[in-house]
Amino acid sequence: MCGIIGLHLRDPDMQGQLGELMAEMLQGIVGRGPDSAGVAVYGDRKRCPEGFSAVSLLHAQPGVGAAVAERLPGTGAVEEDRVGDTMVLTAQASPEVLSTAVAAAVPEAKVVGLGEDMIVYKGVGNPLDLAEAYRLRDASGWQGIAHTRMATESAINAEGCHPFSVGVGVSLVHNGSFSNHATIRRELQRKGVTFDSQNDTEVGARYVANRLSEGDDLETALIALGEEFDGFYTLLVTTENGFAVVRDEIACKPAIVAEHPRWVAMASEFQALAKLPGIDEARLFEPEPGRVYAWKR
Amino acid sequence: METLNETLQETITFDLGTEGVRDLNAELHAPTARRYRVKNPLGAHAVAAGVDGDLEILIEGDVGYYCAGMNQDGRITVEGSAGPGVAENMMSGVVRIRGNASQSAGATAHGGLLVIEGNASTRCGISLKGADIVVGGDIGAMGAFMAQAGRIVVCGDAGDGLGDSIFEARVYVRGEVGALGADCIEKDMGPEHRAELKELLTRAGMTEGADDPAYLGRFRRYGSARTLYHFNSDHSGRY
Repeated sequence: MCGIIGLHLRDPDMQGQLGELMAEMLQGIVGRGPDSAGVAVYGDRKRCPEGFSAVSLLHAQPGVGAAVAERLPGTGAVEEDRVGDTMVLTAQASPEVLSTAVAAAVPEAKVVGLGEDMIVYKGVGNPLDLAEAYRLRDASGWQGIAHTRMATESAINAEGCHPFSVGVGVSLVHNGSFSNHATIRRELQRKGVTFDSQNDTEVGARYVANRLSEGDDLETALIALGEEFDGFYTLLVTTENGFAVVRDEIACKPAIVAEHPRWVAMASEFQALAKLPGIDEARLFEPEPGRVYAWKR
Repeated sequence: METLNETLQETITFDLGTEGVRDLNAELHAPTARRYRVKNPLGAHAVAAGVDGDLEILIEGDVGYYCAGMNQDGRITVEGSAGPGVAENMMSGVVRIRGNASQSAGATAHGGLLVIEGNASTRCGISLKGADIVVGGDIGAMGAFMAQAGRIVVCGDAGDGLGDSIFEARVYVRGEVGALGADCIEKDMGPEHRAELKELLTRAGMTEGADDPAYLGRFRRYGSARTLYHFNSDHSGRY
């Protein structure tokens, strides 16, 4: 069992409330995943200003910002924000330039998120404590997702915490387990893809990122995933312009979507949606088995 | 010794916005009233689970998992929608959902009546063991999976995989049916089936349809072909 929430704001006037609404939603999925929790926030310009990029790292010590800055002459300071297990670095550079500098300056660090307007936080512990550490209530932006984990197939550590963000601005959260991930992992490894963990969800995330990099749109990539992967899953995948939900053909893992003129929300359980403003007017539905639902900004 | 009636109050109201589900269920398991109102359920789990008595319970909002689970004799109404496993393992009584129900509604229920006025999701009536389910709208895929006994009435459509590996439960569907599950077939509608259907709709409060022969005439009956009752290697591909 794991818990998922996602909120995609259609109304720009609500962006200041993103974190507050997500923190409220998160309370509805704590019981589903009490061992760890992660968040991806899109469009918080206080944390990652326009023209900057953010990279989220595990196993990075204080001072890495200065080491990365040395590799980025002329781009100014690299800001460091240490949040539990996650170190977020922001710099006025493209995601590719920033990640190249990080790989050279701190090769021991693992990149767990990279984007122009997306910031990822991962950690182990009670989700409500982690939400405080991530300052979730203060977050703003146009889209965010969160996951609470009850580990079933790989270790409880920050690497195994969702979201898995392995492409620029792409985040994936998963409730369920893939059964043929080892086979697909080997196929991706043959194509040159490298992995950070033994986690099944990472394989799904790498698969989707690989398809997106080959030119698929999000919907096409998730249809392809449905043909390749066996197992149980409800997935929520976000990019720097979209939000998509899919469940496997058996659809044991719960999901409920609420669509409102001002926002689209998805959660594992209704109780995570119950307090959203306007929930009584929203169209509520369960995603049908095997069908991809996608929204664009 | 006091008789129960002397201690009963009129109606007790619980507000789940401020009170816990455990407190509510503790009261329902040792009732001091016969009628209860539950406000602000906000998707809480196990609301009114384990009721064992002739109680009337009105839940004013949406509920989460396992609402009215194991119900015995209770008459429980949800003025909203229900999450997974509503009325699972019900023994008797009546559970009514005014909105929609999530997956596995009425799972393994032995007796009583579950009415879903809206739609039910996947696996409605999975492993049903004798209860009756009446759905005003559609049901999702894999309805009546391995259902052993009882009746399921669907006034709308049924999704793919209906009645897969069904035993002796009877399923009546008025609308379209997707691909039938393994060993599920359409069966004749005899007068006894039409009478049973009419009685179920009437008990569910859907009297307009129950009293309209043309409405009743559109229902078709589904049940087991009984080819999977005994393992046979010729059938191994069908399991």
